[in-house]
Amino acid sequence: MGEKILMKGNEAVAEAAIRAGCRHYFAYPITPQNELIEYMAKRMPQVGGTCLQAESEVAAINMVLGAAACGVRAMTSSSSPGISLKQEGISYIAACRLPAVIINVQRGGPGLGNIAPMQCDYFQATRGGGHGDYYTPVLAPSSVQEFADMAPEAFDLAEKYLTPVLIFADGLLGQMMEPVTFEDDYGPQSDKSGWSLGCRKGRKNNHIINSLFIDPYVLKEKTEELFKVYDTIVKNEIRYEYYNVDANPKILVVAFGTVARVVKTAIDELKDQGLEVGLVRPITLWPFPYKAVKEAAKKVEKVITVELNMGQMEQDVRLAVGDTCPTQVIGKAGGVVFTPMEVISMLKENLA
Amino acid sequence: MKQRILCAGFGGQGALLIGKLVVTAGMIEGKHVTWLPSYGPEMRGGTANVMAVISDKPVGSPIFTRIDTLVALNQPSLDKFLPQVVEGGMVLFNSDLCDKGASKNGICIVGIPLNKFGEQVGDIKASNMVALGALIELTGCVENKTVQDDLKHMLEKKNPTLLARNLEALEIGRKFVVESAQ
Repeated sequence: MGEKILMKGNEAVAEAAIRAGCRHYFAYPITPQNELIEYMAKRMPQVGGTCLQAESEVAAINMVLGAAACGVRAMTSSSSPGISLKQEGISYIAACRLPAVIINVQRGGPGLGNIAPMQCDYFQATRGGGHGDYYTPVLAPSSVQEFADMAPEAFDLAEKYLTPVLIFADGLLGQMMEPVTFEDDYGPQSDKSGWSLGCRKGRKNNHIINSLFIDPYVLKEKTEELFKVYDTIVKNEIRYEYYNVDANPKILVVAFGTVARVVKTAIDELKDQGLEVGLVRPITLWPFPYKAVKEAAKKVEKVITVELNMGQMEQDVRLAVGDTCPTQVIGKAGGVVFTPMEVISMLKENLA
Repeated sequence: MKQRILCAGFGGQGALLIGKLVVTAGMIEGKHVTWLPSYGPEMRGGTANVMAVISDKPVGSPIFTRIDTLVALNQPSLDKFLPQVVEGGMVLFNSDLCDKGASKNGICIVGIPLNKFGEQVGDIKASNMVALGALIELTGCVENKTVQDDLKHMLEKKNPTLLARNLEALEIGRKFVVESAQ
């Protein structure tokens, strides 16, 4: 472990990606993720890598597809409207069974919205995002350290399952500085002979990367293969954190990312006042920790989803909770981040 | 110990840097810290602020609406954030740019002529370092020496003249608080 460095989330995730062996980064600028592309522009030449500012988001994601097909660790990043533009390419990468990492430092929406932190791309992120029958694993960090740690983790997941992986942050995590440490060595890239071009000898055994399958029966087979992989991901890769769930809380909150941090502070302050609230923080948003939420919901009177949108993750929470207990959503649009005081007073209303 | 510091001023006055140097020192001393800038489409001449938290425990919310210590580099910042300062909290304001001053019960308020002191060390841009020196002395949230060492680490080779000016400004701020406490 190296020494602690004070860094913005955008910079930390870029540095971690480089240390994890990423040497190919393609992007198009957009606030609030610009420090990421700026950092890559400075650092990539120092390590013999490529940082290329593409002519558009669509070009950038297709460069990622091309680089990934050649067997290198490739990454792109953007913010909400830019991620929408990349969706076509992400769908192609998923269909081509290629590993790639995409970072979304979310901002306000819909439309051009604003540059304030939001979590309003939840539906897009957790339901595939682009056209077609597919999913991408979605990792949601809650601190700068976790944001950084997710870069190597995302590459490992991407190569293990041959899928694009999304790191799902927001403007606050991108802009905030916190101490961060990096591993000296994140381990090598996994064997690429199974998916990369140019790894097989002979004409009979050649490997074709393609996402066009005219014959419906072939496409059916390919898609079913894809969903077998998703079953394995759901089985193996669900991550979440419990906070104060063992304290016999009356209320359970489900929140992720930035909002989960604010909720933790609220929970601590309520605890000092003798009021117990539990928190489930999904770390993977797809696959969603349905069982963990359901389990924690068994012992409480109500489950409240707190998120920086008008209520999107709430639908997953309702799927998880079912008839176990009532649910409610506290959402907020526009990119106005919850303050601890706000969350405390809203939770208190429910505890009274 | 948990100290929530808000530094605010015109863009270009160095409010964000005050926050950065305080949390860097906190990090060096092994504390948990967060630094969250207001990152709207600010520009020079506009307003800028930063929320800095230094704590013994991991920091949950980097956002706060209750301020332990406010550093206001101009009058609009003072007017805007003074109501959020908690009882027992502290306010440090730039008396050169805050004609109206400030008053609120249960709060320690220190006015300091930052522009004048900045010019005294040879550069008005050093006035944020005067504020930093005063802030550290006032709150004790980090050691003065940690900040000095950090500045030395950053500037010793790169720009010794700038380092000397910054250290001098830091000391002026510290002394001002010590003397006004007497």
